[in-house]
Amino acid sequence: MTFNILWLQAGSCGGCTMAALTAQDRGMLAALKPFDVNVLWHPALSLESGQEAVAILQNVLDGKVVVDALCVEGSVLRGPHGSGKFQMMPGTERSMAAWIKDLAQQARYVIAVGTCSAFGGLPMAGGNPTDACGLQYEGDAAGGLLGREFVSKEGMPVINVAGCAPHPDWITETLSLLAAGRLTRERLDVRARPRFFADHLAHHGCSRNEYYEFKASASQFSQLGCMMENMGCKATQAVGDCNLRSWNGAKGGCPDAGFPCIACTSPGFETPKGSFQETSKRAGIPVGLPVDMPKAWFMALAALSKSATPKRVLNNAASDHVVVPPARENES
Amino acid sequence: MTRRIIGPFNRVEGDLEITLDIDGGVVREARVNASLYRGFEQILLGRPALDAISITPRICGICSVSQSVATVAALADAFAIKPAPNGQLGINLIHGAENLADHLTHFYLFFMPDFARPVYSNKPWFAEVERRFAAKTGLGAQAWLVARARLLHVTGILAGKWPHTLAVQPGGLTHAPDDGELMHLRSILADVRDFLQNTVFGTTLERIVELDRRPALDDAIEASLAAAGDFGLFGAVARDLSLENLGLGYDRFMSFGAYHGEGGALFAPGIMDGGAPLALDPNVFSEDPSHAWLMGDVAHPLDGETLPYADRVDAYTWCKAPRVEGRPVEVGAVARQLIADQPLIRDLIGKGPANVFARVIARLLESARIVLAMEDWAARLQAHASVCVETGGADQTSGIGVGLVEAARGSLGHWLRVENGLIQHYQIIAPTTWNFSPRDKHGQPGPLEFALQNTPVDDDEPTPASVQHVVRSFDPCMVCTVH
Repeated sequence: MTFNILWLQAGSCGGCTMAALTAQDRGMLAALKPFDVNVLWHPALSLESGQEAVAILQNVLDGKVVVDALCVEGSVLRGPHGSGKFQMMPGTERSMAAWIKDLAQQARYVIAVGTCSAFGGLPMAGGNPTDACGLQYEGDAAGGLLGREFVSKEGMPVINVAGCAPHPDWITETLSLLAAGRLTRERLDVRARPRFFADHLAHHGCSRNEYYEFKASASQFSQLGCMMENMGCKATQAVGDCNLRSWNGAKGGCPDAGFPCIACTSPGFETPKGSFQETSKRAGIPVGLPVDMPKAWFMALAALSKSATPKRVLNNAASDHVVVPPARENES
Repeated sequence: MTRRIIGPFNRVEGDLEITLDIDGGVVREARVNASLYRGFEQILLGRPALDAISITPRICGICSVSQSVATVAALADAFAIKPAPNGQLGINLIHGAENLADHLTHFYLFFMPDFARPVYSNKPWFAEVERRFAAKTGLGAQAWLVARARLLHVTGILAGKWPHTLAVQPGGLTHAPDDGELMHLRSILADVRDFLQNTVFGTTLERIVELDRRPALDDAIEASLAAAGDFGLFGAVARDLSLENLGLGYDRFMSFGAYHGEGGALFAPGIMDGGAPLALDPNVFSEDPSHAWLMGDVAHPLDGETLPYADRVDAYTWCKAPRVEGRPVEVGAVARQLIADQPLIRDLIGKGPANVFARVIARLLESARIVLAMEDWAARLQAHASVCVETGGADQTSGIGVGLVEAARGSLGHWLRVENGLIQHYQIIAPTTWNFSPRDKHGQPGPLEFALQNTPVDDDEPTPASVQHVVRSFDPCMVCTVH
């Protein structure tokens, strides 16, 4: 059975599609090939433009074509004053919000591709000038465009493939699971993110792991040390198997390339306490500690490990390349 | 006179609607509607200065690194920071990778599929074009996506994830590559070169970048056709459809200069007005909101603001009209190569306007030049030299900064003012804001609006192919346009 995908770009930057085009080093369509997927319409990939495209959407609304997966990329912009005029669907005199709301009723599954359509994302920052929201969330609150109680035709809530941009494989693997009929509600986390990636923390597999263990911290960009203490890294608090996967052919994601995790899979990431690139502290202690670790234990272990930090780790943490290689004491 | 509204206009990045007034089988007037507003300039206000590095790349998932580079250039200008030269090489590499990815994605996924439309099914080249370029199934596009993923490994190694990296900072690059990664980069670039030589051009990059005159280009197209190059196939289509007579724009072009380094820009900045070179002076820029759903009057980007006003009379887009001394300019690869004095592009355009053919040729020629430049940067990048200078000593509490860079689609400028460490002012003019601007208060059409005039259209075609060729020849990025 063909699995029909309809993809719309709401108030997006187009980055989720750009990421999807790198999936498995050959692009989303090639990655989905074994699952008999058919793209009804995609703004970047389809030939149909103008009235031809509107006709495809209208056929879906009229029930003439089944949409198995409605994928939406980008925040839903409800403003100004609830009119949706900040994003009209070109050629139709209707808001994108209205189109999505109606099309979602016809879909077997609805997928929010990226943090914008999942939780509202970056357009919600700065007082949310466009009244942006996600499909079924507004920040961390259930609701959004479709409402807390919405379920698609298969009885599923909106499936949130969060991330800004998400790892391309999260997109294709979610769609593959759906096409194979193997994604159930139990396999979604509390914010409806597929658990195959959301059961991990971004911290897992971080290449700076040893620096974290010893609390040997970087204080400047390009230094090798852990970025949690000074540079705003939230990898111990954000879900995602980011650092267990290869990103664009390299080892891991953000920390491996030398910049902090900004928790882009989380609702509200767009408005951090303080600034993105600096750790918020109270009395010298980071405000955001590992997600499920008692604060007193964290403090005690941090103090202990700092006192045991090998010189190698301490020196390398403040350098942009390894200056002291690993060696037994009698070898050095 | 009949009016036709075309939208959603896809295979452009983002949202676009075009209104055409048609009479006697040609477009008399065109109006371009960028139909999305996201409010980034409002969102940036009041944020700590360096937060801009996390926010502005998310304007655009296609030109994400360009937005990073522009933000960082503006911040470095405001705080008098000079990036580490070795880091600048790395930044040029990831910026070059993104721009090259954009150029060829435009060619394979956005522009060429229109020639596989049924309207051309009786053309002698149709079967081959359909085989190579049909949307979703074209073999050329499939091969390109494999090559594109490999190319973006450059960003993987130097900048982690793409899009939306934070690897570009005012002090330089956040990741110092090791010896092994340097060699890995060069292997990737060898594969990229192979794709361009074997699949795109059917000849060497050196031969392409040395093209200097129209006859030499015609020879290269014939040779490419014989070697089954996609460049040659485009050349054959372009000749048959006379694409050089389609989409004639203004004869004024601008480039901010691309790929900066210690020796200046690889592609020089400037303005070309009717064949006469002029110096680039950002002080004479203005943005005119008179036909946009935005408040205010004509202003320089350091003075103007971007605030929505959905009831504005005479407005038909969310895009302002940027002007140089009150006049529209075309930006993009064709402008960049013309101003960089590339002889072939100078020969194709002369003192006149660009056209659909020249825009595409410039993009492909520039792609070859980018690969050669990337090979050079990769060879010069050092494993044990600093990629990022310490910026802690710089006064980052106040300053005014301007960041002028070239994205794949043309000139991108960020203007900001920081007070007490917080952003008090931020304005962005993106490439497609220049190209797809609406009319200004004097009624002058924007470059695309002008280029669409006199386009022949067929009454039977609700979305005329000719119009699609003209629009897509600019490689619009609407998400940047409307930020």
